[in-house]
Amino acid sequence: MTDAEIKTDQGKSNHGEAETMEINMGPQHPSTHGVFRAVVELDGETVVKVVPHLGYLHRGIEKIAESRTYHQIIPLTDRLDYMAGASNNLGYCLAVEKLLGIEVPPRGQYIRVIITELSRISSHLFWAGANAHDLGAMTPFFFMTREREQILFLLEMVTGSRLTPSFFRIGGVSLDIPAEFPDECRKFVKNFPPRVDEYETLLTENRIWKSRTKGVGYLSAEDCIKLGVSGPMARAAGIDWDLRKKQPYSGYDRFDFRAAVYTGCDAYDRYRVRMMEMRQSNEIIRQALEGMPEGDHSVKMKSVLKPPAGEVYMAIEAPRGELGFYIVSDGTAQPFRMKVRAPTFVNLQALPKMAEGRIFSDLVAALSSVDLVLAEVDR
Amino acid sequence: MMTDVSKLKSTFPDAVLSSEEYRGDVTVTLKQDSLLPVCSFLRDDPDYSFRFLVDVTAVDYYDRTPRFIMVYHLLSMKHNLRLRLKVPLTGEMPEIETVSGIWPTANWHERETYDLLGVRFINHPDLRRILLPDHWDCHPLRKDYPLEGKGEI
Repeated sequence: MTDAEIKTDQGKSNHGEAETMEINMGPQHPSTHGVFRAVVELDGETVVKVVPHLGYLHRGIEKIAESRTYHQIIPLTDRLDYMAGASNNLGYCLAVEKLLGIEVPPRGQYIRVIITELSRISSHLFWAGANAHDLGAMTPFFFMTREREQILFLLEMVTGSRLTPSFFRIGGVSLDIPAEFPDECRKFVKNFPPRVDEYETLLTENRIWKSRTKGVGYLSAEDCIKLGVSGPMARAAGIDWDLRKKQPYSGYDRFDFRAAVYTGCDAYDRYRVRMMEMRQSNEIIRQALEGMPEGDHSVKMKSVLKPPAGEVYMAIEAPRGELGFYIVSDGTAQPFRMKVRAPTFVNLQALPKMAEGRIFSDLVAALSSVDLVLAEVDR
Repeated sequence: MMTDVSKLKSTFPDAVLSSEEYRGDVTVTLKQDSLLPVCSFLRDDPDYSFRFLVDVTAVDYYDRTPRFIMVYHLLSMKHNLRLRLKVPLTGEMPEIETVSGIWPTANWHERETYDLLGVRFINHPDLRRILLPDHWDCHPLRKDYPLEGKGEI
């Protein structure tokens, strides 16, 4: 811990009481995956208190959005959660489409679903690899980045970029998929399930992995709801809540898949939820490729949009939970206010609850199981 | 399915200023002093069960009165319904009761609203800035704060 700054609490030691120590974890700590800082009070190795400090990556995206046209905001959104940029694009475009009262043609919806689900797999893959790496398992990371690389290749083929696609447009997508894409994607879809089996041989029944994650970062369903925790973290606590199922958008009701739900409430089941979600996403992509409708992929839109005055909230199931866009329009070409409900900002709030009273190394496991993307937390 | 607010209106006839529906989103505008009883009711009443607070924010309508409006987004997993609550606030340095006693998740949302828009929350357990440095002296999401900032602080 290179940046750890250790200071002893002198006040308590004179009377023979337990002496606590404050450790500054971050902002450059490897397990925080970005610039997140937590001040941790330790009694020996037991965590007494965790105080998170955020904001190192605050770029004022909501403020910038108030001076951009509706189209210009799209590239801002995939800089929120850069691990799954397409999800953010989708959430934003759907919100503006809701404001305008338009619906994307089926072909556009299917293309969006394929790109979004590929991003979800790539995001979960990177999480699983990095999470295992945080807890000392080096190998899975190499296996998982291998498949992630193939996904990034597929994303680049369609969108022209690997991490920040900005490929969706208000009313559809910017281009139709290239002719060679369906075959390449089918190849990936066919090969992927055995790969997931392979990852599971590395981790799922691994005794060290289980002892580092089972019962660790415990967060009950009751606490999830109180703290507004959504996404895989809530589903690992037995809450059967997936917006793709419950409030379907972009044609998700046409696909046959199931929400991944486990009841362990711990870091281990968050891992299992994400593993299962990768399989389900792969299945959604397979169905979308098979049933890809013909016809237009987009609705023609004006270059400067002026939605009628009004306000909408639109939420989607992003890889990390409920991603919502609240947009207030005053009838001009720029949104009057855009609020991003970022899932990890809310989920991170549960960190003290998960970590306090446990040993310090479990704090790393708990933090890792949140699947933190600081660009989204700090906006 | 859309949220039916008639029971809320009949239980709190004086609290609800207006209610409207736009693009499927239901919005109820409340009087400030009835926020807490209405929120507790919405969370606990079996016909609503809005146990999940999704988001809290505020909007700065700069040249209008009231200038600031609080916005709460609620979700009922039991009934699969959403509801938006709006509360107009008075003054340039507005204050409102915290809802973090009803939904603990409001803690960080309200800190963010305080940080970026300068709304103070009465009885909040830990009202500090959350995204900006502690010594920052203004609230950048207010409309009178320039986009390019005010130079280095």
